[in-house]
Amino acid sequence: MTSSVTLHQLVPWIVGAALIALPFVYGDPYHLHILILILIWSFAYTSWSMMGRFGLVSLGHGGFMGVGAYVTALLWNHLGVSPWVGIPIALVCAGALALVVAYPCFRFRITGHYFALVTLALSGIVLQVITATRDWTGGSLGYTPSRTTGSHLAALQFDDKTTWYLIALGVWAGGLLIWRWVDRSMDRYALEAISEDEDAAAAAGVNVTFEKLKITVISALMTAFAGAMYCQYQMFISPDTVSGIAVSLQMVFAVVVGGIYVAMGPTVGAIITIMLAEGLRVGFGTKAVGWDNLVYGVLLVVFIIFLPKGILGSLLARIRSSSKQ
Amino acid sequence: MMEYFDIYLLEAMVNGLLLGGVLALLALGLNLIFGVIDVVWICYAELIMIGMYGMYYLVQYYGLPYYAAAPLTILLVAFLGLMLHFLVIEPLLDAAPINQLLATGGVLFFLQSFATVAFGIDFRNLGIRLPVLSIGDMYFSYSRLLAFVAALAGMVVVYLFMTRTYMGTAIRAISQDRQIMALMGVDTRKLYLVTSALGGGLAGLAACLLVLQYDVHPFVGLSFGPITFLIVVLGGLGNFVGGFVAAFLFAEIISLGGLFSDLEWGYVLAFAFFIIMMFIRPAGLLARRS
Repeated sequence: MTSSVTLHQLVPWIVGAALIALPFVYGDPYHLHILILILIWSFAYTSWSMMGRFGLVSLGHGGFMGVGAYVTALLWNHLGVSPWVGIPIALVCAGALALVVAYPCFRFRITGHYFALVTLALSGIVLQVITATRDWTGGSLGYTPSRTTGSHLAALQFDDKTTWYLIALGVWAGGLLIWRWVDRSMDRYALEAISEDEDAAAAAGVNVTFEKLKITVISALMTAFAGAMYCQYQMFISPDTVSGIAVSLQMVFAVVVGGIYVAMGPTVGAIITIMLAEGLRVGFGTKAVGWDNLVYGVLLVVFIIFLPKGILGSLLARIRSSSKQ
Repeated sequence: MMEYFDIYLLEAMVNGLLLGGVLALLALGLNLIFGVIDVVWICYAELIMIGMYGMYYLVQYYGLPYYAAAPLTILLVAFLGLMLHFLVIEPLLDAAPINQLLATGGVLFFLQSFATVAFGIDFRNLGIRLPVLSIGDMYFSYSRLLAFVAALAGMVVVYLFMTRTYMGTAIRAISQDRQIMALMGVDTRKLYLVTSALGGGLAGLAACLLVLQYDVHPFVGLSFGPITFLIVVLGGLGNFVGGFVAAFLFAEIISLGGLFSDLEWGYVLAFAFFIIMMFIRPAGLLARRS
């Protein structure tokens, strides 16, 4: 028994060491690029599932991601503010936005459908503001942070993939740690009680508004950070790739497919969605435009009907139930 | 100087009114589905997009006249609504509401990319250009007027159906109490299917009207879908009159906001107005405070 526990504890360390060692053993730039994208998006999806797992389904996370990406890039291009300062400012903006929208929502008990649609409005607003201020943001044509002429470190711009891979790996691991921290905290029980029954939770002494607000702000900050990371890595952002309703739905989709209630679920979702999109792109070339979303759409419907816990969630549930027998 | 300003203002207001008619029609379809089946079709605007493609192909490819293509399109989208309910919503009727919402989100993805794959991403239009009506210094397009009138007519037809027929009465009853109606011997499944077809038909009508004003492309749904949801929520989900009022309010804000600046700022204003109203009247514009 004790040996299995120690093995169980060792697995994350072994996997972590293997992941860190990977780029030094195998340095194919294309595959590293795919891995970096998977890690960054996994982090974004994990951020969404932080609140999604408690029944707080937000369709506004595209908005937070857009704020994270655009504020960082705009500060850099127009004011020359280093992303080391710009990203915290972007996070503050996203956090403030989350507070402004979420506080009244929770205060006035806007839940379920209504909450999803209010947050949908939020991502719509961010998208329209980015498009409307096209003189600064480039509108729907997208926006490129200017290449640094000085220090790469100060500008957080690196040309080689290995550096980015390690950064993305760290960010992703950080996301999992936050997930785990919430999972082990009292807030988790409070939030689960709230998602079951708000009145009963409030009667039991849970500060409903505060707990929900806390997890929403954490989730928004993480999502904005993911947006900033994506911007710094890709060096190109457009309203369609980091903001708007499509991005919000994409997050929901990946998390639902991977598994919303387990820590690695969003990561599995990111692996599946990105591999699927890349596989179709490589296999069919430009003819594949639209096919990946076609498959996503069908899978999303099928998953919600037949496997609402997601792939990983269902697998783990099956393993657990068979080990109990 | 002041005179011109007033004319532009008046023109924008009338155009807002015309836009409001179509938005009210969209809101009515969604409200009907929500009020009766208790499901939000996130993919509602995508049904309209498919309908617009239907119009495009019937008119441009098969050479049908506009007024012959319109009923066919309405039937087509009504059938799509029926299938949507049968294939996606029915298995999820007992699932959490948020799962239903997300499943229709999957349908949204599916329809968008289906249109991309099947029809390509080119912008297409009917090639019908209706004349522009000028009153004094103000210009209004006939297509908008037609849309306004047809939308109002569609709403009257739905109103009559709901109040004057047995089926309509049953639908209204089921929206009041889901459980009891089944106990009264009403076939809820049939009513849900009829409602879905009716909601689809309204989307089809909207498609026939919108195709006169906008080019069709696979993502055209995104330009009026979100607005429709906001209107429906602003009016109070399932509240027909509220949706009607909210549609005109929204249309005026967009139209007047667009007058002073870009059209996007009109949308930004409308969205901001929505968020503020959610805090003042979370249950909808016309809801009584409990």
